[in-house]
Amino acid sequence: MDRIRILLSRCAALFRKKKLDARLDEELNAHVDLAVAENVRRGMTADEARTAALRAFGGVTQTRENYRVQRGLPWLEQIARDLRYGCRTLYRTPGFTTTAILVMALGIGANVAIFSIVRTVLLNPLPYRDPQQLVALYSHNSDAGKGHQFAPIDAGSFFEWKQAAQGTAEMALISPFQNYNVSAEGNQLPEKVDAAWVSANFFSTLGVQPTLGRSFSSFDDRPEAGATAILSHSFWKRRYGADPNVVGRNIWLDARPYTIIGVMPESLVFLGPFSSGKIQVWTPASHEASSFLMSTFEDHEFIAVARLAQGVTLPQLLGRLDPIQAQIKAQHPQTSVRSVTSGRSLLDDAVQDYKTPLYVLFAATGCVLLIACINVAGLLVARAAARRKEHAIRTALGGSRMRLVRERVMESMLLSTGGGLLGVMLAAAALRWLEHVRPDMRRVEGIHLDWTAVAFTAAVVILCAVFSGLISAFSVDSHRILAALQDGSRTQAGTRGRAGLRQGLLFFEISLTVVLLIGAGLLLKSYRHLRATNLGVPVHNVLMMQVGLPDERYKTAVEQVSFKERLIERVRAIPGVESAALVSTAPGQGWGGDRIVVVVEHPRLVKDAEIDMMVRGADPGYFAAMNIPIIKGRTFAGDEKLSKDHVILIGQQAARICFPGEDPIGKHLKITLTGDIYEIIGVVGDTLYSISDPVLPMMYMPIFGNGFSGVTIVLRSAHDVDVLAIPVEKLVSQLDRDLPVSGVMTLEESLAKATLGSQFDSMLVLGFAVIALVLAAVGHYGVLAYLVTQQTSEIGIRIALGAQRGQILRNILFDGIRPALAGIAAGLLVSAAAVRLIGSMLYETEPLDPGIFAAVAGVFLLVAVVACLMPAWRAARLDPVQALRSE
Amino acid sequence: MGGNKADVLQGTLDLMVLKTLESLGPLHGYGIARRIEQVSGETIQLNQGTIYPALLRLEQKGWIKSEWGMSETNRRARFYSLSRTGRKQMERATENWERVASTMARFLAQASSETN
Repeated sequence: MDRIRILLSRCAALFRKKKLDARLDEELNAHVDLAVAENVRRGMTADEARTAALRAFGGVTQTRENYRVQRGLPWLEQIARDLRYGCRTLYRTPGFTTTAILVMALGIGANVAIFSIVRTVLLNPLPYRDPQQLVALYSHNSDAGKGHQFAPIDAGSFFEWKQAAQGTAEMALISPFQNYNVSAEGNQLPEKVDAAWVSANFFSTLGVQPTLGRSFSSFDDRPEAGATAILSHSFWKRRYGADPNVVGRNIWLDARPYTIIGVMPESLVFLGPFSSGKIQVWTPASHEASSFLMSTFEDHEFIAVARLAQGVTLPQLLGRLDPIQAQIKAQHPQTSVRSVTSGRSLLDDAVQDYKTPLYVLFAATGCVLLIACINVAGLLVARAAARRKEHAIRTALGGSRMRLVRERVMESMLLSTGGGLLGVMLAAAALRWLEHVRPDMRRVEGIHLDWTAVAFTAAVVILCAVFSGLISAFSVDSHRILAALQDGSRTQAGTRGRAGLRQGLLFFEISLTVVLLIGAGLLLKSYRHLRATNLGVPVHNVLMMQVGLPDERYKTAVEQVSFKERLIERVRAIPGVESAALVSTAPGQGWGGDRIVVVVEHPRLVKDAEIDMMVRGADPGYFAAMNIPIIKGRTFAGDEKLSKDHVILIGQQAARICFPGEDPIGKHLKITLTGDIYEIIGVVGDTLYSISDPVLPMMYMPIFGNGFSGVTIVLRSAHDVDVLAIPVEKLVSQLDRDLPVSGVMTLEESLAKATLGSQFDSMLVLGFAVIALVLAAVGHYGVLAYLVTQQTSEIGIRIALGAQRGQILRNILFDGIRPALAGIAAGLLVSAAAVRLIGSMLYETEPLDPGIFAAVAGVFLLVAVVACLMPAWRAARLDPVQALRSE
Repeated sequence: MGGNKADVLQGTLDLMVLKTLESLGPLHGYGIARRIEQVSGETIQLNQGTIYPALLRLEQKGWIKSEWGMSETNRRARFYSLSRTGRKQMERATENWERVASTMARFLAQASSETN
């Protein structure tokens, strides 16, 4: 109680110093006056009375000081004094201060930015009720490679899982990769929107309530129910102007009326690798999907989301589901039926693709910060050395060692605080930039600098300050401090130790930089490989756009085909279009559908006879338009459509797998799911379905038939293919004003988009590595320059005694390069262990790429030599007379 | 009494100040110092200045209050007076001190009788 009172009154006193000082002075004067008066009354003369009074009082100054100590908070005042002192010292050396603050700002800014990203993207919980209980469930075959274990599931298995999991988990179904054409209505244009089919319990499983209207009931989730839809918040705002009366109105999806029954909250964004993250419309799965799809084990169009009951873990749930899946496989041994279940938390599911890259970036920025701290510490050490005499004198006069340490730490505290402030601004700018360049990153829009980021910055600032402050403080050797005074100005001795410390720091710095450079080199090489990948078709000046034909409006195959024929004919007639064609999914644009097939001519002896084949629909002109070579046979004839649509061309890879050493022409493939048999009429060059994945066997069927309702128009032009987008869109709306055109993009743009992540990661790590390299070079230069300055007179003497200048140059150079060599060696060793961590981010690049390792070592050695050459050359050119006189 | 218990003199001085204020009522620093000198006779050589940090300490603890007033010679001076908590503290401290003093006296008396 007393303590708190005292502290409060002491704090209060800090702000009334002047007034309290005046009060004390008056009080003390009164004391002396009263004493004098009494003495005079006793018969002393005025002078005697005054002397006696002062004698009785004791030391006035001392009293005043004691009084002040009792009154205020001496340690706080001391800190304030240190602070003033530190500011003054830093202000006197603006060059040093600016450099140090910039270096710190860079390090801190990068860290704060990446920290904010990591926190928001990877760590923030999902906006659902008890999100830690939510998991996403997948399945795969036992021979699936790593990275393919999380594949969409079939509804058939799902319902058996759901049955088996009763009591341990509530399970819901979602097919997040659906879409609808929204018809033109009011003044709105038609558009294609991303959509999801969900089971009735999907929203309740997540724990999300609609903000308007109601959720799906099991009554809506039946094939025979009336069509219902729930809108996303953003779609409701954009297309309906946030109209609160939207519930109960109709929306035309794929030319069919749906009743809008609710609007979901803004927070509901279903992520995960198979979702676009921009789902606008939700519809009930059993109503939308065919009854075949809702019961088969062979078509994988769904993802299961489960809410674990209290106390149940994911492995426990999978342990319960795996036997079920194994049983399903035993009863249905077809290749396309899965045998193993897999799952992960819903949060991991949402951010899996960003996890490794973000943590790698975090590690890289951590390295940069550490290097920045080491550099600042190095600068402070150099300054401490330059101020050795000042410190020695102060120590001799009784200045405590603690005081010196405190001053060092205070100085580096000021620098890091400055760096931190600037760094936060850098981070804010970096985050804004990130939102601009990485709109694809999940949850990127939620990133902003908040109080946690500020707290993180403060922690980093303090850490940096203490780290670099203490290093420099302890570089001041207390035993030698007086020697500095004694040995006058001949300072050769005693500098070795400090230089040793700086060299140690340098070694550490160089190792870290080497690790960063190697990481950057590998990522860059991987990115270049990715960009250099041959898609199988020329990519320049190719434009793509998608049109989907709703079954409701184009009810028969004949209607659909005639629309497609009219469409492509008129697109080809547009001036500037060199060639144009229709395909279901263009090269590099993703999975696009697959079927399990068997070769009819081959007896089914081995299990391997079933082959998973990518399926594409194409019009007869597609191969010529895209420059895909027809290696054997021919393309589709004009009349091979509709009822005569069972002909296919296959890719070379498919020919190799299905018909090793045989001529595929005239042979037949059977699709196991439907039993349809197709005759092979040609073999064409392979194309990649995804830029970062290997070639898969592929077959092309006539798009004028075979039930393809969505088409991609691809068109090629001699130059500026972009300008053709508008004429084609106009053409489509002339043909059908309710038909939206979507995904308008050049092939090159789509590839750039697909490699965006790789480009982003490699560029950022490269940026950090370059910063680190510059810092290391500057640090290296600084150490050697300092060494040379310290040895000026020694070198002078040696030259005066006849040492060869070349010899001196070599000596100094060797002195400087030695720590660099050690650092490079250590860096290479650490990298060899660390690169495994980024293995999953590399495309066709070995983590232990000898070329990269050698190149980095070479570059670094070169930088080290350049950094050392200047001081060494200066040392060798010393004029001995000048050197000896200068001290 | 709170504060630094090892510092017996400080504690002593505090108690002397409190006792003085109790017996004489509101008094300025000089008066307190003089009174302590007079009462203790030759036994305490007090630098009168040391009274002021002690007064401040007591005031911070809330045991005494102070205000400006006029001295008997019409000099403006700061007058200190005992607060209610100060009075309680003083009583407690006095008790303590008496107990310690009597114990010590007894102990010393016994010790000296043994050496005889």
